[in-house]
Amino acid sequence: MIAFADLLERLVFTPGRLAKLALLRRYFATVPDPDRGFALAAITGALKFPTAKAGLIRELAAARTDPVLFDLSYDYVGDLAETVALIWPERPTNAATPSLSEVVATLASAAKADLPAIVATWLDASDASVRLALLKLITGGLRVGASGRLAKTALAELGQGISADDIEEVWHGLTPPYGELFAWIEGRGPKPDPRHAPVFRAPMLAHPLEESDLADLVAAEHRAEWKWDGIRVQLVATQGGRALYSRGAEDISGAFPEILAGVAFHAVLDGELLVMRDGVVAPFADLQQRLNRKSVTAKMQRDFPVHIRLYDMLFDGAEDLRRLSFDERRARLEAWFARTQPARMDLSEQIAFSSLEDLAELRHAARAASIEGLMLKRADSPYVPGRPKGLWWKWKRDPLSIDAVLMYAQRGHGKRSSYYSDFTFGLWRGDELLPVGKAYFGFTDEELVMLDKFVRNNTTQRFGPVREVAKSMVVEVAFDAAQLSTRHKSGVALRFPRISRIRTDKPAAEADQLETLLALVERS
Amino acid sequence: MAPHPQTWLKLLSQGLYCEPGGFFIDPLRGVERAVITHAHSDHARPGHAHALCSPATRDLMQARMGQGAPATIEALSWGERVTMGGVGISLHPAGHVLGSAQICLEYQGSRAVISGDYKRTADTTCDGFAPVACDVFVTEATFALPVFRHPDPLAEIRRLLASVALFPERTHVVGCYALGKTQRLIALLREAGWDRPIHLHGALAPLCAIYEAHGVRLGDLRPATVAAKSDLVGGIVLAPPSAVADRWARRLAEPVVAVASGWMRVRQRAKQGGVELPLVISDHADWDELLATLDDVGAPEIWVTHGREDALIHAAGLRGIKGRALRLVGYGEGEEE
Repeated sequence: MIAFADLLERLVFTPGRLAKLALLRRYFATVPDPDRGFALAAITGALKFPTAKAGLIRELAAARTDPVLFDLSYDYVGDLAETVALIWPERPTNAATPSLSEVVATLASAAKADLPAIVATWLDASDASVRLALLKLITGGLRVGASGRLAKTALAELGQGISADDIEEVWHGLTPPYGELFAWIEGRGPKPDPRHAPVFRAPMLAHPLEESDLADLVAAEHRAEWKWDGIRVQLVATQGGRALYSRGAEDISGAFPEILAGVAFHAVLDGELLVMRDGVVAPFADLQQRLNRKSVTAKMQRDFPVHIRLYDMLFDGAEDLRRLSFDERRARLEAWFARTQPARMDLSEQIAFSSLEDLAELRHAARAASIEGLMLKRADSPYVPGRPKGLWWKWKRDPLSIDAVLMYAQRGHGKRSSYYSDFTFGLWRGDELLPVGKAYFGFTDEELVMLDKFVRNNTTQRFGPVREVAKSMVVEVAFDAAQLSTRHKSGVALRFPRISRIRTDKPAAEADQLETLLALVERS
Repeated sequence: MAPHPQTWLKLLSQGLYCEPGGFFIDPLRGVERAVITHAHSDHARPGHAHALCSPATRDLMQARMGQGAPATIEALSWGERVTMGGVGISLHPAGHVLGSAQICLEYQGSRAVISGDYKRTADTTCDGFAPVACDVFVTEATFALPVFRHPDPLAEIRRLLASVALFPERTHVVGCYALGKTQRLIALLREAGWDRPIHLHGALAPLCAIYEAHGVRLGDLRPATVAAKSDLVGGIVLAPPSAVADRWARRLAEPVVAVASGWMRVRQRAKQGGVELPLVISDHADWDELLATLDDVGAPEIWVTHGREDALIHAAGLRGIKGRALRLVGYGEGEEE
């Protein structure tokens, strides 16, 4: 556990990707099985301990600390596990710091009633750094500053002629502690065979299109589609099973049973998951109701019906289509679609255009809230995992913006904890300010320091962790779309709001009126 | 019956004011008479006519403030007592930085001690904190949360040296403030056996000379600004935090950015600052030291100047000690930690 905690701490603070890779490589090369396998599982999010919950940690801390001091500490640190790791008053113990394998085996098998005593003993036997790793592991909140992808890349570098994508394609057929995988990478065993497991394939991603890229694009070599405001998914159906994956290889099948229920084919499909009613795409806020759930009620399925808009096909049956050109794959997808008529799916429309000026016009005119912009794909592009340059482009609409008044602030979590970085801003209705949204990013580090200082020096009231500030700071808020919402007092919700500028030059009274924003609302 | 200190120590907009003595303690603006705990810029502000402080604080203020230094400065040695308007004043070491003092005020049989900033951990660059029994203890609360428990500073320095050994092709640059932290880091490095030259940003050098003049040996110090890049490879450079993040740092070979501060205990806070090697080394008392100090001075009442006053006042309450927040806006800015 000490080596694992050390790895996590180094990863958190190491900014460079290369240095992170070096740390991971060194860890995988020096730590024996099965510890390193469990570490890999922890980093890739493959470890789940259903009996251990954040509540357990809270109770442990409550038993040993003063509640007021705990709450003040938690408010300051901004992270439950870190607060407990730092505040934990150790009692002397003869127990040794537990190994990662021991922790994993115990958490997987121990009865729920026994856990508090076990975990307390571990915490007593550990220093603050190990305690933090332990608690993060237990609560499943292990943000390691390295993605599963990076870990797989480091692992691949330990082998000969193995790429991260090679690992990805066997990954979902494997289970921790991955003895078979390490044996293959170290040349001691054969490549693991996922057999017919519905494994995830790294998706092909698009680059944002900048004005300067436009000049090099030839219209006739590209195909255009709308960029829909949903989430990217990969639907995999093989002899061995079926699964719905997010773009980050997370298995989200449990949240969307109705999609998988309708699958009576073998294919690997790429598309956008959307909430749709009568053929009309609903605002993203509706889809949000369905995200980050392990299971879903019948009512949710009825109220927020999901649908996949297909735009690519990776496998048709067992046939790998990824080497084919985009046009060829599209033809296969269309033929397959006509043949199969899959439930809850349709095809992403291809937009006819003769010049890039046409497209620019279309992009500008697209005012439906559920459209984020355009996708441009080279007609001859094979399906390349990752983000290859120059093949696929996303061409977002220009953001909208308003000048709003800062109203409330809260300390951030994670990287931003201990800074006031979560801001609620509002617009005028008459001489009253109404909150219209929250923004957590967009500002530079220097601007964050300035905003943080403003909040600290201009607090007028405190509501728990929230500070109300003097209504004197104007910020320019950029956002992708404004949508009507019954959940907000102002009646409007913003998509991707971010603070694009601090308007110290502008008095609060000259910030925008709410009606200015309402005029920007798009009806889908 | 002795008058309660709140009857003769008042909170004015300029800061804490001793009415019968006619002087302020660490005032936030220029005043006629000031008693100064230590030379950090948030406590020793420019523009006072007369000041009373320790001899080292006097030297540090004169070096740092130039024209802004008080016109006349009277220096008191530890425990020496003077009287102003019937108020007895004496200074006692606070253990924060060179010359840092607690100010003990006695008036008609009641006694208040203003700690300024302080720590209890051993530090070879300044005299150690001496608890003084009192009726009201005026304390800082910079790290007054139970999550702040500073580890052994030498162990932190060994982490720095381990990193230097691990990345011999890179330059380790430690962000630290000019007064106190710089000299303490140097002394700790020497104590840990690092006898090679230590390179300093130009802003850090002058105060090191004053430390030397007060008998603190710092060893071979060299200017980083004129050094060849190759001389700094595998070495240790100290610089103000602002310079570390600035173009100045481009003269360093692939720098590993370390910051030495009590704030580094909170991981996400360290991460926010772009620190690659956080070192938890503080010149302020941690939670355990603050509570131990309350026990040591035995005051039935504490006043908290700045920091996380709510937590300290709550913990004092659990010990049967009355607490009051002064909320002196202006302390803890700029130079602390």
